[in-house]
This record gives sequence, structure tokens and C-alpha cells, in this order.
Amino acid sequence: MAEQTLVGAITQALDQALAADPDVILLGEDIGINGGVFRATDGLQATHGKDRVVDTPLDESGIMGTAIGLAIAGMKAVPEIQFEGFLGPAYDQLVNHAARMRNRTRSAVTVPMTVRVPVGGGIHAPELHSDSPESIYAHSPGVKVVMPCTPYDAKGLLLAAINDPDPVIFFEPKRVYRTFKEEVPDEMYEIPIGQAKVVSEGENLTLVTWGAPVFQALEAIDNLPEDVSVELIDLRSIYPFDMDTIAESVCKTGRCVVVHEAPLTCGMGAEIAARVMEECFLHLEAPVQRVTGFDTIMPYYKLENEYLPESPRILKGITECLAY
Amino acid sequence: MPHHTVFEAKIEHLQILDENGKLDKKLAKDTLTDEQVVYLYEQMRICRELDEIAFKLQRSGRMGTYPQNKGQEANAVGSALAMVQGNDWVVPSYRENAALFMHGLPMHYILVYWMGDERGSKIPDGVNITPLSVPIGTHMLHATGIAWSMKQRKEKDRAVITYFGDGSTSEGDFHNAMNFASVMQVPTIFYCQNNQWAISTPRERQMNSATVAQKAIAYDMPTIQVDGNDIFAVYKATSDARKRAIQGGGPSFIEGLTYRLGDHTTADDARRYRDQSEVDAWLEKDPLIRTRKYMESVGVWDDKKQEELEARAKTIVKEVVDAAISIPTPDKAEIFDDLYAEIPEDLKIQRDTMRTTSIGRNPSQIGLNAQAAGAH
Repeated sequence: MAEQTLVGAITQALDQALAADPDVILLGEDIGINGGVFRATDGLQATHGKDRVVDTPLDESGIMGTAIGLAIAGMKAVPEIQFEGFLGPAYDQLVNHAARMRNRTRSAVTVPMTVRVPVGGGIHAPELHSDSPESIYAHSPGVKVVMPCTPYDAKGLLLAAINDPDPVIFFEPKRVYRTFKEEVPDEMYEIPIGQAKVVSEGENLTLVTWGAPVFQALEAIDNLPEDVSVELIDLRSIYPFDMDTIAESVCKTGRCVVVHEAPLTCGMGAEIAARVMEECFLHLEAPVQRVTGFDTIMPYYKLENEYLPESPRILKGITECLAY
Repeated sequence: MPHHTVFEAKIEHLQILDENGKLDKKLAKDTLTDEQVVYLYEQMRICRELDEIAFKLQRSGRMGTYPQNKGQEANAVGSALAMVQGNDWVVPSYRENAALFMHGLPMHYILVYWMGDERGSKIPDGVNITPLSVPIGTHMLHATGIAWSMKQRKEKDRAVITYFGDGSTSEGDFHNAMNFASVMQVPTIFYCQNNQWAISTPRERQMNSATVAQKAIAYDMPTIQVDGNDIFAVYKATSDARKRAIQGGGPSFIEGLTYRLGDHTTADDARRYRDQSEVDAWLEKDPLIRTRKYMESVGVWDDKKQEELEARAKTIVKEVVDAAISIPTPDKAEIFDDLYAEIPEDLKIQRDTMRTTSIGRNPSQIGLNAQAAGAH
């Protein structure tokens, strides 16, 4: 057991997956000698060879499409897309091929693939390096979508994703790659996809979030009066997602705030709010509140903190929901 | 030498059997035996029968939209014979039916698919074929990926062939697949059925290059244009490409020059955009006509054999149609059960109730019990 950052835990998981199974293959831009732009694959090519940690041409669709071919042939492909903004060229391969393959062949042809993608804002990055497109993929049947935000969860969910028989998009919140450390077991372990985590228990309000805003939410909760207790749920898996944990909590607290970086309209918050209404209707004391990115283009970095659901805005959302 | 030539290229065209059924014996050396020619002719004739019956099934309302193969069969049969069934992989588009059944796909699957049933793509175990690909020009990347797995696993005697049309080569993924295959030096054979038309867009409006084959030069790939209605040339080019692939020589490109004698699909009417005179000229180059002429000229075929084959083709296709239409309607649970290896809880509720409305945890509010309301 050693302390790891999020990115360190990811590197360790990839290293162990490569060592454990010769069918695991990593492919992406600059992931070899350079170790990836965030160093998530640092040292892996030296350890496992150029044919297993493969530097590819600069071509997201090519990375995704060849990963699908590798997976069809039974390999466990782990493509990296450098930033979420570059998923665009790979969308057709991901949604029209990978996601559909099992269903349209009635399970005769499958795509066991884990797509690693740094996600989200807050690091003063160039344009198209800070978006949060998770709901687009949650709306695409046939793929699973996860977004862990702690080192422990990242390792366990990544290993679960690599061993999953279906395509999984593994979003890595880049803002917390190196900002938080915790103890991570040395051995391999899996966290089941589809399970949320109750970060802190509470009685007065349920706060549901995932990715980097988990830490913003913790800050907001710290600034609440002593007599208010909030139950914080880190969703971790975006699809399938753990409605049972949310519903159980909201039925107890009667109030719910959902926080995400992605835009408001048709974000996962909308889905969660609808489901809370269905499952907790008679327990609700207030309308579900959403504290999210605005329905605008994710701004370039001078204004990114205005766009992101930072802790003051979350605190306001919580306070208003409690006052209702 | 400040100004000099750093690269030169040329494209060769290969025809071994001309449209009159005359064989170039020198070029035909070590290609097809007469026995193989008869076999390929039979496959083309059966494919043509299937095509015609499929067309009638659509016209009589028993099948949905269907793309005819008519006129292009030599590309599929000649190349399919050069590949090793059950060992190599075939990554098709949707106009190479004969390559599919020659590589082990039960023929009725093709009709089941076009009858709107995914079970037509439920490829049986041991049949190395990916399902038909609808988004044009995107599936070749999968062929590159599958070939990459062969290289990675050091499966030295295996290769992949992928088929696509001339229109596909305008898509980005075509170039992505070619570049990856070339950079990774994997055993992929890119077979372009240049049938001259992408629905209503003729080849010369699709690209400004004189051939499709020259597009491979940018990827430093051995490339050739063949008469795609000539089974000898198609077989020879594919065999050479496969040999190169399994010897570690990387990918190859083949442009089969052919013609779509039918409409794009049953939903199309080609009279809106092309002259009958053009179609008539290509009817003369039909691969079935020239192959039959050749077989008759060497004494391995006659009218009696032709009659027998036509009767056999009818019987085979009738059985195929019977097999396809006798399959019961799929269970609606199928759309849920094969989405993931393990069905998520939410989806299980949708499957079991066939409703998306949910009155959640309090179904008694409207007098329903929990199960009927789809509650957790």
C-alpha cells in the first residue's frame, strides 16, 4: 500500500493489466516514449515493449477503429484519446460501430475495449481541452461510461473496465490528476461498474456529483452551518448509474442537488432529476436543483471558472434548496 | 542536386480473361485450374440467382431495401477463393454476397438480415466475417485492427481482406485505415470494388484521380488495378497480395474495375442519373458471360451443364428463401438482452415491463402493484 495520485493509480493499473494479460494492448498518440501528455503511461513502453504500448499516427478515428478491430479479434484494447475535445473524429467509430456491435450481431461479435479520455476543465488548457461530454455517451446505448475522481476508485474501475466484455469510456478528470493523494492497494482489485459511493453521510440534503466537482462539493459542504448535514454521493459510473443509492438517499433527505461540469440542458442532471421525481415524489420537500456548466460553449480559460460549478455556486444551490 | 525527382509511380492494369472469354495463357499460368473456374462460375450463378430472388422478395413486399450485387460477382468470388476460409478474416461492405457464403456464412443469413432481423448478422462460431457495414467507408479500420492482432499474436499464416466501393475512398476513415495498415505493416488486403457509381455520383465526380489504385501510393502500398469482371485477374491479384501479407510484406491494395448493373438499392432508380447505353455496354462485359464462354472454349462446359446449374441454383435459393422466411419473429427481449454481456438493472425493468413510464416506488398511488409498474 502506497500513496498515489489519480494519474499514478492509473499508471499502476495499466502496468499491472499489461503484466497480467498478454492480450492487453495500449494505443494512442504520444503514449510511448513520451508517456502520454499527462504521463499516465509513463515508463510503460520501456517495461512492456513498443508493440504493447503503441505510439500511433495522429488520428483519433484510426485509433478507435483499429482498437475495435483488435477487440473483435479478442484482444483487450485500451486506446487513449488525448483530450475529450478530440473524441469528435472518433465518434462514428465509437457510437456507430463499437456501441452497436454486440447488439447488431446478437452477441456474435463483441468489442471489449476501454477508451481512456482525460476530461473536464479547471487546468487553464487550450480550447477544446476542457469539455465534459459524458452525457452524450450515456445517451448512446451499448457503451458504459465511468468517471472516477479518486486514486482508489480510478484503479479499481480501470481494471474493471479492462476486464469488461463491452466497450467502456473511462473519463479521467484532469483537474484532479495530481491534486489529491490517497492509499491505494498494491495488488489488483476491481470496483464494479454501476455503483455509486456515499462520500459522506447526511440527513438534510443529497448532493449527487462526479468527477472534479466532488472536491468542489466537499469545499461547499465545509462552508455550511454546523447543524446542516449533506449526504454526498460520488456517482462514479455515469452509465449504468446507481439510481438505488440516489433514491434511497433522497427518500431520506427529501432534497437533492445535482452538480456537473457539463451543460445544463440534457446533462445527466436532467436524467437524475427525472428519476428522483419518479422514485422519490412523495418524499420531496423541494424541486431538484442543478448546479452545472451553462448552456454555452465551454469558455477559454480566462472565464472557465465562471462557467464551472465552483464551490460558491454549489453552496448557493444547496442553501436555496434547503430554504425551499 | 537541388531539384530532382524523389518519387515516381505508375499504376498497372491486369486483365487475363477478356470480355469475349479469351484467356491470356501466359498471364493465366499458376492462377485458376479449370476445376476452380467451374466452381467460381457456379458461385457467381448462384449469387446471381439469390440476387434476383432477393429483388423479387423486395418488390413483393416480403423484404426491405436490398442492394443488388449484379455484375460485380467476379470481384467477390475471385478474391474469396484466394483467401483461406475459417483462417483469414473477411470484413465486408454490403455488395459481396458470394464472398460471405464462400467463407462459410449460411446463405439464408443474408436474406434474414435484409428482412430486418439482426439475427442475420449473428455470425456462427468459426466463421471469420464481420457483419455488413452500413456507414460507408468506416469498416476498413476494423480490418486493419484485426490484421494488427494477427501481427501482434505472431499468427504468421493469416490475413484479412476488406471490401468497399469507389465512393468509400472519399471518406476519411478509408485513408485512416490505409495509413494505419501501412505504418503498422499489418496483413490487410484492401479490395475496392470500383463499380463506377456511388448512388448517383459517378466516379469522375467522386475523385479527380484517374484510378482508385493510385490512392494507395501515398501509403507506399503495393497497388494494382484489375479487370474486376475477370475472375483470373481478381484471383491472381488477391493471391499475390495474400502471399505478400503472410510473408510480412504488409498491406496491399486492389482496385477491381467493375460496374453496378442494377440500381444502388431497391429504393433507387438509376434511370434518373445514367444512360441506358452505358449500362448496355457493361452488360457485354458481364463476368458470367465471359467465364461461360471460356469454359465452353476449353470443353469443360456445355448447355446441359448450364441447365443443370440453373436448376440447382433455383433449388438452392428456394431452400434459402424457405429457411429465411420460416424463422419466427424475434422475441422483443432480444433488443435488450444483447446490448451488454450483462443487462443493467434499469434496462431489465424496461425489458420486463416494455414501458418507459415509471411511477417509481409508490405504484399503489394509481392502484398498480410494484411489478406491473416497473418499480425497483
